[in-house]
Amino acid sequence: MTRYVLRRLLALVPTWLGISLAAFVLAGLAPGDPAQLILDRQFDEPPTEAQLQEFREANGLDDPKAVQYGRFVLGLFQGQLGTSFRSGEPVLNELVERVPTTLTIALPAFALALTIAVTIGVLSAVRRNSFMDHGSRLAALMSDSVPTFVLAYALIIVLAVQAGLLPVAGRGTWQHLVLPVLTLALGTTASLMRLTRSSMLEILGEDYVRTARAMGFPSWSVILRHALRNALLPVVTVAGIVLAGFVTGTVIVETIFALPGVGTFVVDAIFARDYPVIQGFVVFTGTVFLLVNLVVDLLQAALDPRIRLDAA
Amino acid sequence: MSATAELAGAQPAATPVGRRPRLLVRSLRTPGGAVGAGLSLLLVAAGLLAPLLAPTDPFAVDGPPLTAPSGAYPFGTDALGRDLLSGVIYGARTSLIVAASVAAMVIVIGTTVGLWAGYFGGWVDDALMRITELFQVLPRFFMALVVIAFFGPGLDRLVLLLGVTSWPLLARVIRVEVLALRHREFVEAARVHGASRTRILLREILPNALPPGIALLGLVVAQVILIEASLGFLGLGDPNVTSWGTLASEAQRFLRVAWWLSLFPGLAILLAVLGLNLLGDAVTDALTGRR
Repeated sequence: MTRYVLRRLLALVPTWLGISLAAFVLAGLAPGDPAQLILDRQFDEPPTEAQLQEFREANGLDDPKAVQYGRFVLGLFQGQLGTSFRSGEPVLNELVERVPTTLTIALPAFALALTIAVTIGVLSAVRRNSFMDHGSRLAALMSDSVPTFVLAYALIIVLAVQAGLLPVAGRGTWQHLVLPVLTLALGTTASLMRLTRSSMLEILGEDYVRTARAMGFPSWSVILRHALRNALLPVVTVAGIVLAGFVTGTVIVETIFALPGVGTFVVDAIFARDYPVIQGFVVFTGTVFLLVNLVVDLLQAALDPRIRLDAA
Repeated sequence: MSATAELAGAQPAATPVGRRPRLLVRSLRTPGGAVGAGLSLLLVAAGLLAPLLAPTDPFAVDGPPLTAPSGAYPFGTDALGRDLLSGVIYGARTSLIVAASVAAMVIVIGTTVGLWAGYFGGWVDDALMRITELFQVLPRFFMALVVIAFFGPGLDRLVLLLGVTSWPLLARVIRVEVLALRHREFVEAARVHGASRTRILLREILPNALPPGIALLGLVVAQVILIEASLGFLGLGDPNVTSWGTLASEAQRFLRVAWWLSLFPGLAILLAVLGLNLLGDAVTDALTGRR
């Protein structure tokens, strides 16, 4: 297992370099001269050519691109994601400050989505073609088709405005978290649920499940201990894809509910054309994606010995 | 995202071409298929005929601001007095342009990759499938966000990005079809007759492998429309065209005073995406004989 972990870690290096290269190249291709963009914000009047030249030399902007990229990657290893045009603060500090807000909605939403998806997915598979099965299929279709912001508004109108159960926006209490978490969870449940169902259906038809039933194990024990454990493998696999859905979700949910998380941070930066922040966001989010996919891979290997033995 | 799950273990659906028409009719006869086809047709019609259907130009100031829906303005007007019905109809045009352009790119790339991987097999197959898997896990909304962040909003770059990143599902389905077809009698017969490899691929295999891919396209395009709308909602839509997402974004400030501004664009997105999903599901179901 240790060898497998090491191999997987090593395999991340080229991908991570690719992400950093993409972030570097994109920022270089973006319209506008970086020296001009930065100095314009520092002085009240437009900078002179001499000032621009001095700034370029001081920051090595005239060096060959390869040297600049090397410096960029070295900086990344030291935790330097650049400095925000607007605030003059290191991008990493500002990002790290925003992460807890995003996590306080993303983690409960993920837990909720998983709970709903697995519960309904298993029940739909066990009671195939029941009312419940058809109902959940319809619900999943709606969840796939409704844009996050429409879902958010529907929930706001029903739960906050009409029923008056929850506050519309703001922060501070757990009640404020309910609507964002619910929006995020419901928007991502469908694919997980459908996968649990189809995976469960397949496993329930396997010989060992029939054998366990034939041996007289109670049916709930067969479903939970024999079938579900194996059915969850593919569900773990798509966790990475679900995470991608969460990036979309959190950006929009944070915007609607005015939460100062990573999502609103990057949207503000886009409007301000604060390139270092966007660049930092690409590297940061890319790294998070890689790590989550790594955890998913390791989890799979831990659950299924065939995977780690195959790779070794 | 929906289709990824079930198609992972997709069975080839290869059915001889001759039975296709009945198959299509069969998929449209289910309630889901009929509703999906109707909604999709509505989207295409509204998009194609926007200049004829819309009462006014979507950017023209046409009446008093924030008028509630009435006979003169069925969907009401916005804060500048622009007719919302016209906005929603022209929004369909934008969604259709994005969807159709991305679909075209997805068909070309996905079919090429799928045909090659399935037909040549061996290391070509391995290499192409590795690339496909890589593209499949790319977070598309995130990438679209980044491209717009650096190069500014615009439909051209959005279409390009989504087209280049949305083909993996199609490629995988086509590949599975080709694998099932390439040793069938009619393909062998063509080979014995001395048909060239290109001819076999394009005339014998492609027509039979394409339909399941096309069915899938509905699901892919539905996702694309959602991404475009989400970007518009964040205020990152193309400023030169009317888009449902942009309309919904502008409506946010008037949620309490002008419900119609949020309702109609939101409903339009929901119905369009639902329609495409239903249609895609129905055709896929009919092809794989799941019902």
